[in-house]
Amino acid sequence: MEQKKMAIIASKGAMDMAYPPLILATTAAAMDMDVSIFFTFYGLEIVKKRNAEKLQVSPVGNPSMHMPNVIGTLPGMTAIATKMMKSMFKKHGVATIEQLLELAKESGIKLIACQMTMDVLGIKQEDIIDGVEFGGAATFMDIAADSQISLFI
Amino acid sequence: MSADIKVDQVLDAKGLNCPLPILKTKKAVDSLSAGQVLKVETTDPGSKNDMNSWAKRTGNEIVDVEESSGTFIFYIKKSA
Repeated sequence: MEQKKMAIIASKGAMDMAYPPLILATTAAAMDMDVSIFFTFYGLEIVKKRNAEKLQVSPVGNPSMHMPNVIGTLPGMTAIATKMMKSMFKKHGVATIEQLLELAKESGIKLIACQMTMDVLGIKQEDIIDGVEFGGAATFMDIAADSQISLFI
Repeated sequence: MSADIKVDQVLDAKGLNCPLPILKTKKAVDSLSAGQVLKVETTDPGSKNDMNSWAKRTGNEIVDVEESSGTFIFYIKKSA
């Protein structure tokens, strides 16, 4: 069987949005696929040093959380929502973002940080965790062109 | 039937949720030699479908599955 390839763009920095790219990437690698994740815009938060465990969930503008926006805007609500979600994940035996990131590196997943958005957001290469490469749209497109699965998250 | 299967390694993935049972199964199977059998225990109800998809994709064979009171037991034979 020819090795399948997957290319993911991770563009969001909220904790709940950091899970899908990392879960799919690590699973695809476990299914013998060649996987790359391109981190851009707020997705860069996932690969900033000592930052994976600090990602938060926003209770504002999220109708599925069943919390009135006006309450979500109160000071400390983001921290409370994040704490609740983390404890739910833990209770259900779900890996943390840090663990998934570590597993991603271990399984040889290619991690690429978008240099343009790093420049715009004032993120330096030394702010990014080890093992991450740097590139732009052409780097991603080259990988995506050979991939059977390509996702924008 | 499963009583006749010679198990070379056991992986306890009970209490773990997606994607950890699959990631740990992959790691454990990688450490085996071709033809050896890994016994995996899970409680994730999604793991039954997940394990079949994973095995199909990686070419490893699920030789038997048992299910009792919320626990799934998979016997996975590493492919050559």
